[in-house]
Amino acid sequence: MSLDYLLDAANWSLSNPEGFPQRILEHLGYTTLALLIAAVIAFPIGLLIGHTGRGALLAINLGNAGRALPTLGVLMLALAAVGIGLVPVTIALIVLAIPPILATTYAGVRSVADETVDAARGVGMTEPQIAWRVEVPIALPIIIGGLRNATLQVISTATIAAYAGLGGLGRYLFDGLATLEYDQVVAGAIVIAALAVAIDLALAGTQRLLVSPGVGGRGADNRPTTVRPEPKPEPAG
Amino acid sequence: MIEFESVTKRYPDGTVAVGDLSLKVETGQITVFVGPSGCGKTTALRMINRMIQPTAGRVLIDGADVTARPEAELRREIGYVIQGAGLFPHRTVLDNIATVPILQGVTRRDARSSALGLLERVGLPANLGERYPSQLSGGQQQRVGVARALAADPPVLLMDEPFSAVDPVVRDDLQQELLRLQGELGKTIVLVTHDIDEAIRLGDEVAVFAQGARLAQFAPPADLLAAPADDFVAALVGRDRGFRGLGFTDGNEIALRPIDHDVDGLALEVDPDGRPLGWRGTDGLLPTEGTFREGANLRTVTDLVILSPAGAAVRVDAEGRADGLVLLEDLAGSVRTQQRERLTALATAEDAG
Amino acid sequence: MNDLWSYLRTNGDDVFTALVQHIWLALAPVTIAFVLALPLGALVQRYGPVRHIALTAGSVIYTVPSLALLLLLPGILGTSVLDPLNVIIALTLYSLALLVRTTADGLDAVDPTVLQAASAMGYRPVRRWLTVQLPLAMPVILTGLRVATVANVSMVSVAALIGIGGLGQLFTRGFQLGFYLPPIVIGLILSVALAVVADVFIVAVQRRLTPWARAGAR
Repeated sequence: MSLDYLLDAANWSLSNPEGFPQRILEHLGYTTLALLIAAVIAFPIGLLIGHTGRGALLAINLGNAGRALPTLGVLMLALAAVGIGLVPVTIALIVLAIPPILATTYAGVRSVADETVDAARGVGMTEPQIAWRVEVPIALPIIIGGLRNATLQVISTATIAAYAGLGGLGRYLFDGLATLEYDQVVAGAIVIAALAVAIDLALAGTQRLLVSPGVGGRGADNRPTTVRPEPKPEPAG
Repeated sequence: MIEFESVTKRYPDGTVAVGDLSLKVETGQITVFVGPSGCGKTTALRMINRMIQPTAGRVLIDGADVTARPEAELRREIGYVIQGAGLFPHRTVLDNIATVPILQGVTRRDARSSALGLLERVGLPANLGERYPSQLSGGQQQRVGVARALAADPPVLLMDEPFSAVDPVVRDDLQQELLRLQGELGKTIVLVTHDIDEAIRLGDEVAVFAQGARLAQFAPPADLLAAPADDFVAALVGRDRGFRGLGFTDGNEIALRPIDHDVDGLALEVDPDGRPLGWRGTDGLLPTEGTFREGANLRTVTDLVILSPAGAAVRVDAEGRADGLVLLEDLAGSVRTQQRERLTALATAEDAG
Repeated sequence: MNDLWSYLRTNGDDVFTALVQHIWLALAPVTIAFVLALPLGALVQRYGPVRHIALTAGSVIYTVPSLALLLLLPGILGTSVLDPLNVIIALTLYSLALLVRTTADGLDAVDPTVLQAASAMGYRPVRRWLTVQLPLAMPVILTGLRVATVANVSMVSVAALIGIGGLGQLFTRGFQLGFYLPPIVIGLILSVALAVVADVFIVAVQRRLTPWARAGAR
């Protein structure tokens, strides 16, 4: 296994449109876009279901269904439906990111002790205040755990997007396989793995900053996690 | 004053948690709702701050229907303490206490500085202010819960099994602390408990709830002990109710004997300042086993009489000088008279009502 | 719908072969991992430092994207890129990372007073572990097994991108045929159905093995 391609300075040049910096930016671009949209959709729904307790079955089943869906199949379906381009890839990534975010937001909010919510209501917080000032801060470690799962899944799947003609780090894998340049494949795989680990560490750091020291599990690695009924870990797809 | 007017809470499945409850909670007093689990006492309490909505009837605070105001606004003016305190784990002790003032629009800075004062008021050191609830003991958490409920200086305080989650020694401390606080603050307190001893100790008035959401008796603790309304209340109050009832009887009614009175061959010996030293007899000096002051209740006096080798309790004045003796026979007469008077008074009140 | 049937009629054998390969590639790793995870989980649960190292290693493995791992393994193991062994090993690693943790968590979650009672009645450590602690930890462990199984079934598809069989081949077939829907849809349905069947099977086993868990609920 040769690391020549990985260590070649030319591949790290900022001006090289097919160099690592450019590909990493593309990769993170797809990932961020999909995650933002997925979070905007899934977080409020998870919060609402968790706070009211209505639609819990939906949240749980969606979480399970999300786990059972093969990433590649969803991407192909989106490509077949919309055609090649950024839109189908983003749709597929959103579909993959919604279940973990929704399910863990729901599970996190449900995990807040009943007496804490009772006390919040008793001191005169309105329902939105209870949700935002009590439930979300306490559920934050679990919610961020879900976001980390979703992020890992999307980073992995964004790799597969290159199969559909887009950029990103997946290019090295598919181009290398097509031309039998294993150097390039190895380089791509290492950079993807390193990127995934780095992003996850960054999110773990964010978790440490955001979560109140009074809440257990601050900065703890929530994944693969304790198997409570809902917050399930997701392997990188 | 808090009034329940024919309040009923019936759940969709037909269970009646509270049935046609009418009672008045006096301003500035501690009213205790006591009874076995499932008797509706907590439901009744939670209808005061609209945590539960009645199916029928009204709850009034100072004549105003509680449903007339928005829930959240109403609750900010009613302190609420629950079992296990229900502190917010993600907020420091000071921020927990400052919760309601901040909700009411006080700046965080001001709210936190008054929170510091409250911390002291409930008997906690100021350095606990920056801790998180998980770093406190159960008893400390409960004190913080009380401080949080008092933060907006609400006239009404609701306490739902506030001391049930702590061990007996800590519970005893917290009960004393509550009585001390109430002496300073004079809030209208409604407290729910399943512990009859706690009810008798803390309550100015005690509402005994029976199984099936029935109000079995509503009376001051002394009356509860002296004259339980029915077998259920008698069983709940338990044994020794006569003796415990003495705790609510004034000890000043008993005729005092001079301190030089000879009691069965024993004489009280005092030092040059007049402080009691012991009982002098043929066997030497025997201990007094304690003294009481003016204002002590009959239970204390009786206890001293029983413990004393002379069968007589020694009363002392503010400087500790012996100023009188209570003998067993005088005590017996007083107990008899006072119990007779009490039962007569209760019977008259019942006839009048 | 008609397209699906006609595709199945003409390519039924291929679809069946892909399904069988898929089952094999998904379930062999989870079985191996389950067998390994019980002793490893017990070890990890007992010794604090081992736990920290093992769980950190597990987290890192989990973070590596599956496609990257599939392509790195041949370089490390010296296998061919097309060798299904890569898939088996990669998925075993993922499953192991999850199951060791859930096994340790499950063993942790057993009420210590029950274990003390067992010792007080004269159970020796090994027997206590096998007949008291492990059975009581089973609900948690099997929940982890469900997650690992369902995840494996959906992940195997990725292997098709580097030319290894399974239902993923139906997706790449659809791609090569210019986004021809029938194989894609059939692949999706079979993959999800397989995940559901495997999940239901484990739930059934779990109910059979832990009757007390249901007796206590509600």
